[in-house]
Amino acid sequence: MKKALFKILSNEPIAKDVYKLVLEGDTGGITAPGQFVNIELEGFFLRRPISVCDWDDKGMTLIYKTVGKGTKCLSEKKSGTLDLLTGLGNGFDLSKCGKRPLLVGGGVGTPPLYGLCKRLVERGAASAVVLGFNTADDVFYEEEFRALGVKTLVATVDGSYGIGGLVTDAIKTLPVGFDSYCACGPEPMLRALCDTLKIKGQLSFEERMACGFGVCMGCSCKTKYGSKRICKDGPVLSSNEVIW
Amino acid sequence: MADMSVVLSGIKLENPVIPASGCFGYGAEFKDFYDLNILGSFSFKGTTKEPRFGNPTPRVAECTGGILNSIGLQNPGIEAVINEELPRIAAFFKKPVIANIGGFSVDEFVYCAERLDGVEQVGIIEVNISCPNLHKGGVNFGSDPKAAAEVTAAVRKATGKPIYIKLSPNVTSITEIAKACEDAGADGLSLINTLLGMRIDIKSRKPLLANKMGGLSGRAIFPVALRMVYEVRKAVKIPIIGMGGVASAEDVIEMMMAGASAVQIGAENLRNPFACKEIIEDLPRVMAELGIERLRDIIGVA
Repeated sequence: MKKALFKILSNEPIAKDVYKLVLEGDTGGITAPGQFVNIELEGFFLRRPISVCDWDDKGMTLIYKTVGKGTKCLSEKKSGTLDLLTGLGNGFDLSKCGKRPLLVGGGVGTPPLYGLCKRLVERGAASAVVLGFNTADDVFYEEEFRALGVKTLVATVDGSYGIGGLVTDAIKTLPVGFDSYCACGPEPMLRALCDTLKIKGQLSFEERMACGFGVCMGCSCKTKYGSKRICKDGPVLSSNEVIW
Repeated sequence: MADMSVVLSGIKLENPVIPASGCFGYGAEFKDFYDLNILGSFSFKGTTKEPRFGNPTPRVAECTGGILNSIGLQNPGIEAVINEELPRIAAFFKKPVIANIGGFSVDEFVYCAERLDGVEQVGIIEVNISCPNLHKGGVNFGSDPKAAAEVTAAVRKATGKPIYIKLSPNVTSITEIAKACEDAGADGLSLINTLLGMRIDIKSRKPLLANKMGGLSGRAIFPVALRMVYEVRKAVKIPIIGMGGVASAEDVIEMMMAGASAVQIGAENLRNPFACKEIIEDLPRVMAELGIERLRDIIGVA
């Protein structure tokens, strides 16, 4: 974990209520895709945890949805600096992805899968991506995933874009043969994947948290192997340890 | 050079800054941020006889200037703390720690105190009779002078270590309870614990916390904490560790002027993991500005 100031390079909407924030600064604290940062916002007691979409030596990209006053405030920041705690959480374990991992993102659970996908492609682990959204207005990053050279399917619940239905419906149209999956999205989606895919999965969870680095015990959950803190021992849990 | 040292029941602290229980775990996460030996001491996560998972989530909620929590004392239990956490702490913290204990019965407090009595690393036992998230069987030791005195007297017999009773602000008269603890043999008092509060999600029309209510901490409660430390200081002779919304070196000084011999920092650690380090580093500057040579000279001057 590192605490550092980041310069806001851009912060623009890319879908309905969804913003892409590009930051410049020391990303040395980030060690795995699927980790998150915790952003200090003036006027708010707690920081706002946001997953990292992608990063390099010079900066990072965050994608977030405005769901409350904090994220609304963040969306209005177009310049200046932000105080971030970076490299929080465990992230996805690339060594457990196998040779043909399937990546599944639901809504604003999609961003961390992009950084993961990029690194899997670099390692020659050709994968497929399935993204699920409620409606056409919510869809983002389809082209960015395609640009990585990865087969990308989009499903919308109301059928207004791509395949009509849920991510599980889209997965049915793909050939079988995946050896693992990585997913981030709403809990019902994660559970549906866990129930239908009979391969090992890494699932990224969300929970209300205060500190984001494992001390307040606000985001604890029970697993088959004892209690875990979503912020520190997670947010990524193995499909075989989750108690639904 | 500024003298920041203070003394709590014969234990000399290099400075009065102590991370508060529940906001610092057992120190392991913070040791990666800075050398914890700069701290006066630290009070570890409230520990009970048996391991506890705590209350259902969501169990944290934000509000203006603070945070509500209904964690419910998640901890690995006293045996795991003695056999695993304390040896781990010994590797990165060379000073005496403050052992915070919680319980649902007098016997449980006594059990934990007895188990910690022989542990050299423990400098002070802080007895949490005031967690607002525990009300099993309707007993709330922190809100009744007789019950507070009963726990204090029993723990007093169980250990030779200094015992500090952590008091609740959710009472009609905190001085009455403070005096009852002093009379029952407490070496000191820690105050205040969190203030019972609540938030409602106006979209779902339901409480934000699964437990409905929770304890409020953070900057918002500082004036309340300060007032209570001030009142209790006038009522008892034993030392007070002041806490509640302390977020800066100036707050530390203000809390000491109200009557605190040492100061704990809680919720501020959750928003800034370097809070205690920054406050300790800033204290000499603020002392110089105010013409304070020895910090302990200002205790209770207000």
